[in-house]
Amino acid sequence: MVNSLFEEKLNSSEFLITTEIGPPKGADISEMLYLIDLLKDKVDAINVTDNQSSVMRYPSLGGCLLVKEHGGEPILQMTCRDRNRLALQADLLFAYSRGITNVLCLTGDSIGVGDHKEAKPVFDADSVQLLKMIHTLESGKDMGGNDLKGIPGFCKGATVNPEADVIAPQLIKFDKKVEAGACFFQTQGIFDVAALRRFMQYATRFKVHILAGIIVLSSARMAKFMNENIPGIIVPQNIIDELANVEKGKGLKKGIEIAIRTIKAIREEKICRGVHIMAIGNERVVPEIIEAIKVPSPL
Amino acid sequence: MIVANQKPLNEIWGMVAPYRRVLIVGCGTCMTVCGTGGEREVAFLHHALRLIESKSDQSNHIFSEYTIKRQCEPEFIEMLAEKIQDKDAVLSLGCGIGIQAIAERFDTLPVLPGVNTSIIGMSTMQGVWLEHCVACGECRLDETAGICPVARCAKGILNGPCGGTKNGKCESNRDMDCAWILIYKRLEKLGQLDKMRRYYPMRNFQVIPRPRRLIKLVAGGNGDGQLSL
Repeated sequence: MVNSLFEEKLNSSEFLITTEIGPPKGADISEMLYLIDLLKDKVDAINVTDNQSSVMRYPSLGGCLLVKEHGGEPILQMTCRDRNRLALQADLLFAYSRGITNVLCLTGDSIGVGDHKEAKPVFDADSVQLLKMIHTLESGKDMGGNDLKGIPGFCKGATVNPEADVIAPQLIKFDKKVEAGACFFQTQGIFDVAALRRFMQYATRFKVHILAGIIVLSSARMAKFMNENIPGIIVPQNIIDELANVEKGKGLKKGIEIAIRTIKAIREEKICRGVHIMAIGNERVVPEIIEAIKVPSPL
Repeated sequence: MIVANQKPLNEIWGMVAPYRRVLIVGCGTCMTVCGTGGEREVAFLHHALRLIESKSDQSNHIFSEYTIKRQCEPEFIEMLAEKIQDKDAVLSLGCGIGIQAIAERFDTLPVLPGVNTSIIGMSTMQGVWLEHCVACGECRLDETAGICPVARCAKGILNGPCGGTKNGKCESNRDMDCAWILIYKRLEKLGQLDKMRRYYPMRNFQVIPRPRRLIKLVAGGNGDGQLSL
């Protein structure tokens, strides 16, 4: 059974492009609505982040609802940091009832990296357990073993970091996510296509769809900041140097160039099923990137 | 061992100031070993409070001190009965259990906490304790190469490392080892990596309906050894 439009596309042979938007800090959703309208017809799905980097924001569920209402295909990012199993299941039922049927299952960043450092970290579940939780709901039961009236169905996704410095334990976790029902993966930011290629040699044995994460950098300073502060991100020195060597104010242009170059390499070599573009505050440039890679490549 | 930190002197003085006759009570076990509330620290705090009092405008306090072997056991707490008779408050340098045990025994006496009880700790070097157990009530150290992910992973997750580990360190604290990388490496050495491939379901928090009670079958006791409500 196909649970969403995005799942249908995953089963096609198209090169897929997803992107993500971070909801606002506050109740003013005008900027988010602008981005939804700008992006909805240019990508195959839009992720909405869930208190990303443990910074409190407008909820991912609310953002996904807006994407849906405005004719886009939302992917609900769901972390286990802020909600226990009751809240997670309740949100999943709500999401399904409103047509939000793609879920990216994440453990969630540590509370300590965010802006509410004194909050209680929940982590009642981890990402693998969240995938299993959804599987349980899809079987018509809740986590307490009770029957559900109205059974939801989701297209389930997860993340993996092909550039992790110690890769073996990450691959074990990847296997567990596949076994728990993940059918698509959006990877952590890829800067080294060779690392992605190595990962794909491993991942192709599984019947899952991999979308390579593409981070649009805007300066060497941003790259260094991310290396130091954003969990799981490793921007290599050669990319930092490349960004550092451009004129002041041209960093984003260079970042876009690097993103386009990486996506083209992935697409031309058919390394994986598609890409997931993370523009981190510069979502307005995503259409420019998509336009540039549309130029037909020799397939 | 239970490890605690003594509260800042100003905070202690703030609690103590309203009471004239205060008995400072130390504990001869965990709090002595971790250098927070044994005989030595009680004497030191006693002097410090006298000093702070002498510089304040409330100089009518009478402090005294006494250290019992364990504040968590009734037979030792009983030794305080005579000492507290003419006191207005007890300042306990025992752990959270000790403080409450005294409060429970002497129900008309204010008991003030002189320490912040912090962790169940393993001593790694002089003055350093690491929280390697959170008393979760559901030990599975056999599955994780003797390294506890519930206590030592910042997220307490059970199915392998999160994506935030870098150079073997934790995303929440770059000086802290990632528990799951440690578990992976040790399982590999033990030839037990298959244990990491297993799926571990969500924890059963019903084993810790707080507050918990442990009734053990000991000489003279009649418990069943179960951790219960």
